[in-house]
Amino acid sequence: MPSDLAVDIRGLRKSYGDHAVLDGVDLAVRTGTVTALLGPNGAGKTTTVGILSTLLTLDGGTARVAGYDVVTQADAVRAVIGVTGQVSAVDDLLTGVENLRLMASLNHLDRRAGRERVDVLLSQFGLTEAARKPVSTWSGGMRRKLDLAMTLVGSPAVVFLDEPTAGLDPRSRRALWGEVRALVAAGTTILLTTQYLEEADQLADRVALLDGARIVAEGTPAELKSTHDAGSLDDVFLRLTEPPADPTTKEVA
Amino acid sequence: MTTVTIPPTAGARPLADTLTMLHRNLLRAARYPGLTSFTVAVPIALLLLFVFIFGGAFGAGVAPGVAPGAEGRAAYLDYITPTILLFALVGAAQSAAISAAMDATSGIMARFRTMAISPGSVLGGPVLGTMIQGFVAATVVLGLAAALGYRPQPGALGWLATAGLFALVVFAMTWLCVAMGLAATSVETASNTPMLLTALPFLGSGFVPVETMPAGVRWFAEYQPFTPIIETTRALLTGAPVDTSTMLQALGWCILIASLGYVWSRSLYRRERR
Repeated sequence: MPSDLAVDIRGLRKSYGDHAVLDGVDLAVRTGTVTALLGPNGAGKTTTVGILSTLLTLDGGTARVAGYDVVTQADAVRAVIGVTGQVSAVDDLLTGVENLRLMASLNHLDRRAGRERVDVLLSQFGLTEAARKPVSTWSGGMRRKLDLAMTLVGSPAVVFLDEPTAGLDPRSRRALWGEVRALVAAGTTILLTTQYLEEADQLADRVALLDGARIVAEGTPAELKSTHDAGSLDDVFLRLTEPPADPTTKEVA
Repeated sequence: MTTVTIPPTAGARPLADTLTMLHRNLLRAARYPGLTSFTVAVPIALLLLFVFIFGGAFGAGVAPGVAPGAEGRAAYLDYITPTILLFALVGAAQSAAISAAMDATSGIMARFRTMAISPGSVLGGPVLGTMIQGFVAATVVLGLAAALGYRPQPGALGWLATAGLFALVVFAMTWLCVAMGLAATSVETASNTPMLLTALPFLGSGFVPVETMPAGVRWFAEYQPFTPIIETTRALLTGAPVDTSTMLQALGWCILIASLGYVWSRSLYRRERR
């Protein structure tokens, strides 16, 4: 296994009943880089992240994170990853501080180090003022930031972000981009899914386009644009992905 | 931040993680007092209802020779208090089903599942928290019953045995309710399924002696888990000699229910949710 790969997926397959969500997906993410996983709704982006996060089982192929197999070494994978999914994963009844301290305890930071880490993250994400109010009273954008901050408490080496900026206003989105860049500068590997092609263009070292249960294109944003003679990733996306056959198809991925 | 600062064995601290989860559970109980006070309010309402409305008449039925009215009420208070105490424990267990379903249907349990924490800690912390809440509820009910004239007669050893039995009952019922909560597809169904548990004392010796029931119901009443549990509690609290076989049945049921609930919860914890 090449040790410089933070994510190494080979021939990954996953079906729900007769429906193949992933049908032989290969994807490699080099340590310390950002890869954006693009694709239409239902293309399998969330399923891929779910398998890498040890939340979903796989039907075929292999997936390794930081060198650990997600099936046979799931606990080792869990110890090195941080995951922010689409569904809010904060405790509504607790305050922001309590949510973050819960993560500090579960990451076995000692009391002092945990409190310092929590304070740093609160100020980094601009949440200090609201920190002692129950999260149920917070806005959607603030909860999203808290969600990410909770993921980062344990300083994970590999971070999975599933549509991290969905539903954020432009300012919050840009602030989050700043956080992602800071993480990468500090050596973290990031795999993110997004619907916003500008986001992929701005943040990602490499882009992988998932469509019809397979990766249909992969490369740097510049490579993809020149290979497909497109002015933007939007054009690449439209050229390579098929329009949905059935507009009522449910987002299963 | 450097890469891989955490060794892959991190997370192998089940006791510390269980206490962290217990702390979270108690914080949530304090923040959401509605659920907690409900678990105390229901047994209190039942105690008052059964003593003041039904007690005068029922007392004569559970204690031969007792006159209806005030004397009957006192006799029925003695009969019903152990049942209501167990109700308080089951009520607390029911709230654990709701909490488990809330965690499972929000994203927070998915977060825990992506972290290196053992399932036993994620689920066991709330079980301990529920046991504490169950004991608080039972103590409040016991205080009210005492105020109404209930005078339990166990010695120190009897109190200890009662507390031990209660701990086992609430432990078993809570694990079962956690599994029911995880199995539920919504918080609403999670609050309904464990209702079955609260029906059982009515179909046993909880409110009236099983000898007074028709044959079929009586057969069920004699063999369901709550009857030996209630009979053992009653004997312990009145200071009467405890029937060994009844007590063993009570303990056996608790161990069986706890094991079933634990294994079922563990298998549901890693179940894929879409």
